[in-house]
Amino acid sequence: MELFTNQILAGIATGAIYACMALAVVMIYQAIDHLNFAQGEMAMFSTFVCWQLMQWGVPYWGAFLITLVFSFAGGIAIERLLFKPLAKAPILTNVAGFIALYAIINSVAGLIWDFTIKQFPTPFGSSPFLGSQLISTHQAGMIGVTLMLLILLFIFFRFTRMGLAMRAAASLPESARLVGINTSWMIALGWGMAAAIGAIAGMLIAPVVFLEPNMMLGVLIYGFAAAVLGGLTSPLGAVVGGFLVGVFENLVGTYIPGVGNELKLPIALALIVTVLVVKPAGLFGRPIVKRV
Amino acid sequence: MSAVQEVVTEAPSVEAVPKRAMTLGYGASLIMLALLIMAPVFVKNFIIFQLTMLLIYALAVLALNILTGGSGQFSLGQSAFYAVGAYTSAILMEHAGMNYALTLPVAGVVCFGFGFLFGQPALRLSGVYLALATFALATAMPQLLKLGYFEHWTGGVQGLVVTKPDAPFGLPMSQDMWLYYFTLAVTIAIYIFSVNLLKSRSGRAFMAIRDNEIAASAMGIDVALYKTLAFGVSAGITGVAGGLGAITVQFVAPDGYTIAFAISLFLGMVVGGVGWLPGSIVGSAFIIFVPNIAEGISKGLSGAVFGVLLFLVIFLVPHGARQVAIVAQQLIGKLKRN
Repeated sequence: MELFTNQILAGIATGAIYACMALAVVMIYQAIDHLNFAQGEMAMFSTFVCWQLMQWGVPYWGAFLITLVFSFAGGIAIERLLFKPLAKAPILTNVAGFIALYAIINSVAGLIWDFTIKQFPTPFGSSPFLGSQLISTHQAGMIGVTLMLLILLFIFFRFTRMGLAMRAAASLPESARLVGINTSWMIALGWGMAAAIGAIAGMLIAPVVFLEPNMMLGVLIYGFAAAVLGGLTSPLGAVVGGFLVGVFENLVGTYIPGVGNELKLPIALALIVTVLVVKPAGLFGRPIVKRV
Repeated sequence: MSAVQEVVTEAPSVEAVPKRAMTLGYGASLIMLALLIMAPVFVKNFIIFQLTMLLIYALAVLALNILTGGSGQFSLGQSAFYAVGAYTSAILMEHAGMNYALTLPVAGVVCFGFGFLFGQPALRLSGVYLALATFALATAMPQLLKLGYFEHWTGGVQGLVVTKPDAPFGLPMSQDMWLYYFTLAVTIAIYIFSVNLLKSRSGRAFMAIRDNEIAASAMGIDVALYKTLAFGVSAGITGVAGGLGAITVQFVAPDGYTIAFAISLFLGMVVGGVGWLPGSIVGSAFIIFVPNIAEGISKGLSGAVFGVLLFLVIFLVPHGARQVAIVAQQLIGKLKRN
């Protein structure tokens, strides 16, 4: 029994990483209706920027804020420069664009900061949390930040005019344009916010997985899986999905014999697909009714 | 947010390509064929090897094109079908001593069955969800091939070495050149099969499902059957490509068939033009040669150069090689009239 609770706790701790990333994934999905494959690399790049600022002597929170502003602006710039011209191109062409962006960012980061693993500091300390060996204060802090982000996003989307406009632009662009919403800029704003949330995710994850250009690869896959599991239309679903995937993965690794580190991912994905077959819109997603 | 259901009139996610626009004209096909037959006579063995890989990848891209461009379903799992085909051929050749040419139909049939079965649960999924499911298949495949249970057959992490066939009937050809012509024959056969498939009743059913699933079922098309059938056919062709790949590379190993391969097949389809079958060879050329060119331009930044080139292509021709072909056709039409 103790093993079981311990594994669940450890699962929640890793789940927090996935939840954070899934939140960023859902954010951009809300804004542009696609999964952005370059999201993880954008987050990694932001994290490197923060690290570089700290190397230059900027204190943690200062670097944190500058990185957020940089990522927000960067996200908007990428949308304006690269993806706005593709707005009328087929969806699959856009997906190819994400893959190209992925390759570019990954390779540029590798050239600037090389592929050696770097330590990244944490503002929360890394002593055991409430006497438990399994969750450190950093991971507890990460869970706290994720939940806080979730609440802020909920308030933004539910209670502000801007949030409403963004939702409208994402779900019914033509009608939104008719009531005077600048849908093109809403998309850019969505990119900016997604990049900023991704940057927060990156800076929180880096102390755990260490900083290097490929650090986001695995995390992004789990983030996607978590977002899809929770339902791509729901930020709450993304966070719950993140924790579920974390716990899933740990329990599978502990209780099913012969499952090494390598088989964890396929089994977690298989479980998610099974869930999707039963609930095709994800756990918390709204089913979309199509007009015939 | 709220529990209100959204009602949307959704445009189909894959463009509706008319049936006629999916293939090449008679004259253009013959010119292409002549070029492909002549090509290996003038070049070195290594380039012949690359040309063979070009045809093999073109087959795999063609298979994805039937699935996505034809029936409107996404797949990031093509590398898994390719792997199954490659291993089927390799195991039959090395453990059962079968002739390499005979292993290909077996690989095709095995993959057809595998794809058809995988299509069953995938029926309930569409769009990103289907992409995730196929993605799961692609990430699981290399790990499954490494499993200890199958090690006796698959050779585990080490993989299997495949012997390269000689030219038959004492033909005065190098092994590479024979393999090229052998692959070319298989490719042409499969291309003709695919073109006819898309022109047939089944092909029209695929396209009807791609354009509007509800309307298609109202017309009496068995949507479940044709969607799984599309998966099966696509997997079967990919399997044959995999088998040819194993024979040509003379080696199969789990790490050759990762998700990265599935992604490059996807890129090949986009660059070639989704739903345009002849584009498959252009897409295949892109995924084989552009990474090399990128490496040649800058070693350290090869990823970035590749990304920039990819961006250039999709900015200039968002509909892929098909767009180029259409423009060329219009130009020729104009010249003829003058």
